[in-house]
Amino acid sequence: MMRKARRWLAGRAAVIGIPYAWLVVFFLLPFLVVARISVSEMETTTIKEIVAWKDGAIAFHLNFSNYLLLVQDDLYLSTYLASLKYAAVTTLLCLAIGYPFAYFMARARRSLQPALLMLVMLPFWTSFLLRVYAWKALLTEQGLAANAIEAIGLDHALAALGLIPGPGQLMNTPFSLVLGMTYTYLPFMILPLYSNLAKMDLRLLEAASDLGATAWTAFWKITVPLSRAGIVAGAMLVFIPCVGEYVIPELLGGPQTQMIGRTLWDEFFSNNDWPMACAVAVTMVLLVIVPVAVFSRYQAEVQERRA
Amino acid sequence: MSAEAFLQIRNVVKEFDGVRAVDNVSIDIAKGEVFALLGSSGCGKTTLLRMLAGFETPTSGSITLEGQDLAGLPPYARPMNMMFQSYALFPHLSVADNIAFGLKRDGLPAAEIAARVDAMLKLVQLGSFAKRKPHQLSGGQQQRVALARSLAKKPHLLLLDEPLGALDKKLREETQIELANIIEEVGVTCVMVTPTQEEAMTMASRIAVMSQGRFLQVGAPAEIYETPASRFVADFIGNVNLMDGTLVEDEAGHVVVDCGDVKHWVGHGITGTLGMAVTVALRPEKIRVGAEPPASEPGGPGEPFNRARGTVKDMAYFGSFTVYHLQLTSGRILKISQSNTERQGAGLTWGDTAWASWSPLAQVVLTQ
Repeated sequence: MMRKARRWLAGRAAVIGIPYAWLVVFFLLPFLVVARISVSEMETTTIKEIVAWKDGAIAFHLNFSNYLLLVQDDLYLSTYLASLKYAAVTTLLCLAIGYPFAYFMARARRSLQPALLMLVMLPFWTSFLLRVYAWKALLTEQGLAANAIEAIGLDHALAALGLIPGPGQLMNTPFSLVLGMTYTYLPFMILPLYSNLAKMDLRLLEAASDLGATAWTAFWKITVPLSRAGIVAGAMLVFIPCVGEYVIPELLGGPQTQMIGRTLWDEFFSNNDWPMACAVAVTMVLLVIVPVAVFSRYQAEVQERRA
Repeated sequence: MSAEAFLQIRNVVKEFDGVRAVDNVSIDIAKGEVFALLGSSGCGKTTLLRMLAGFETPTSGSITLEGQDLAGLPPYARPMNMMFQSYALFPHLSVADNIAFGLKRDGLPAAEIAARVDAMLKLVQLGSFAKRKPHQLSGGQQQRVALARSLAKKPHLLLLDEPLGALDKKLREETQIELANIIEEVGVTCVMVTPTQEEAMTMASRIAVMSQGRFLQVGAPAEIYETPASRFVADFIGNVNLMDGTLVEDEAGHVVVDCGDVKHWVGHGITGTLGMAVTVALRPEKIRVGAEPPASEPGGPGEPFNRARGTVKDMAYFGSFTVYHLQLTSGRILKISQSNTERQGAGLTWGDTAWASWSPLAQVVLTQ
C-alpha cells in the first residue's frame, strides 16, 4: 500500500517535473548565461569573468554600463518603442479583422466549421519565409497587390497617412511591415477567439433580445464581454512574438522601421558587442514577460471565478 | 370568438422542414390568467411559447396581444418577457445588473432603474445578493434572479419555459408555491410550458394538454383531472385504470358498460349509442379495497356492478397512502391507491384475496 502510494507520488513528480526541467535547461540556464554576459566586459575577443579570486578575496566585477547606454542612447529607446508600437498596431489590426472572422466562423453551420478552421490553418502548410517573400513580390512595383492598391487609389490615402513615403512606393515601408505581420499572425488571433465564441451559450443572446436589446446592443453587451478571455489570449499570442520579430522587418520593413530584433542582430553580428546585445535581449525578455504575467494572472482569476 | 381577448392565438401553424410542430392552435387567454401548456417533449409546447416571444415566426395564423398583431415584431419590441429554461442569466453581470439589463435598454434614468432593481430584489428576497455573480448562487436563487429579471420591465405577458425544470425534487416543491405566490402578487398574465402535471396543476388556472402540436383538452386543473376528454389525457394526467368495454345500457341518468370481467354502473349520461365501444377511466384513489365483499351502494346499483375480486399481486407503502395492484381472475391488474386513515391500513398483504369497489360517480366514460 505504502509502496504503491510512494510510486504514485514519484510518477506524479516526474510528470510535473519534465516541463520544469525543460524550462530550466532550455530557458532559465541560457537566460542566466545571457544575463551574465550582459554585465561583463569584453577583452578584445573574450568575455571577462565577473567573479575573480585574488589575494584571498572574492571580487565581483559587474558592469552595468550597457544598461545605462540602453536608457541614454536614443537609438535603443526608439527601437524599443517602435517595436512596441508596430506590435500594438498589428495586434489591433489582427483583432479588427480576426474578430468578425472568428465570429462568423463560430456561427456558421456546424458541418461547415471544420472546413473553415482548416482554411485558417492552411497557410501553415507553406514555409513562413516563403509566404513573407511572396509579399515582397506582390508589393514591389508592378506586383499584383501593388497594382490593385494603386488601381483603387489606396496608395494616396496611405501616403497621406504617412505610412508610405509617396504613392507607388509600397515596399520597405511601415505599411508593408504591418501588412506582413498582420498577415502572418492573423491565425493566432482567430483560433483562440473562435474556440471562445463557439462555446458561447446562444440562449444568452435570446435572453438579451427578449429584454429589449437589439442585435447590435446584444453583441456589445453580451458577446464581446463574454469573449474577453479569447481576446486577451489572441492579443498576447500576436503581440509577444511581434515585439521580438526579426524576419518580417528584415524582409518587408525599411530604414524607418528599425525594430528591436534588428538592433539585436546588429549588436551580435555587425558590432560583435556581445555584452551590449545581451543587455538588449534581457531587456526585451523583461518587456515581454510583464504582459504575460498580467495575462496569466487574469486567466487565474477567470479560472477561480468559474470554479 | 370573443371580441377582445387579452391574448388571442388564431389558427397558428409552425412547420419545420414540412413537419408540423404546432398544428392549427387557437386559444383565447384572459388578462390575469396563468395558462399552462402541458405535454411531453416534442409536443410543440416550447415552439408555441417561442412564437409568442418572437424567436420563431408562425408559418401561418396570427397572435394578437391587447388588440395588437405581433406579426413582424422582433423579440426586443414585444411587451412581454420570458424566464428561460435553466435561466440564461448573464454570467459576467452581477445579480443587480442582470435585473437592470432590460431597464437600461429602455433608457430609464439611473435612479429609477436602481429603485426598480431594489424592488425586484425585495420581491424575490435576494436583497443581500445584489453584488453576487450568478455562479455564486444556488439553483433556487438563480431561479429567483431569472424571475426578477423577467418581471423587472413590468411585462404585459410573462412567459415561463419550464420554470422549475432545473431544480431538484425537494426544492421544486418549495419553489413551486413561492413562484405561484409571486406571480399572484404581481398579477401578471402568464403563459408557462411544463412537462410535469404537478407544476401545471399547482400554478396554472387553466391547462392545455398538448400532443403532436395540437391542443387535446383545455380546462381548469380539476376539470382536466376529473373529466378527461380522451384516453390520452386521462393517461397523461396522473394514474388511471383504463378498461375497454361496450355500452350495454344507456339511460338519461346512468349508463352501464360491460368490460367483461368488470361491469360498470356509471352515474352520468353520455352521448352514445348502445353497443358502441367505450373506455372507462377509473382513478386509483377512487377505489376502495378490503378483505370483505362490499355492501351494496345505498340507493345505487348493487351486485354485480362496480366491484371486483382479486389477489394482491403487489403493494407499495408510501406512508400516507398505500398502492395495491390487484390481479383479477381475468388477469387484469387494477391499480388502487388507498389513504392510510388508520394505522393498520386495509390489513392486506401479498397474496391475500381482496375486494375492490367504487362509487357510480368515480368513473368517466371516454368515447375517444
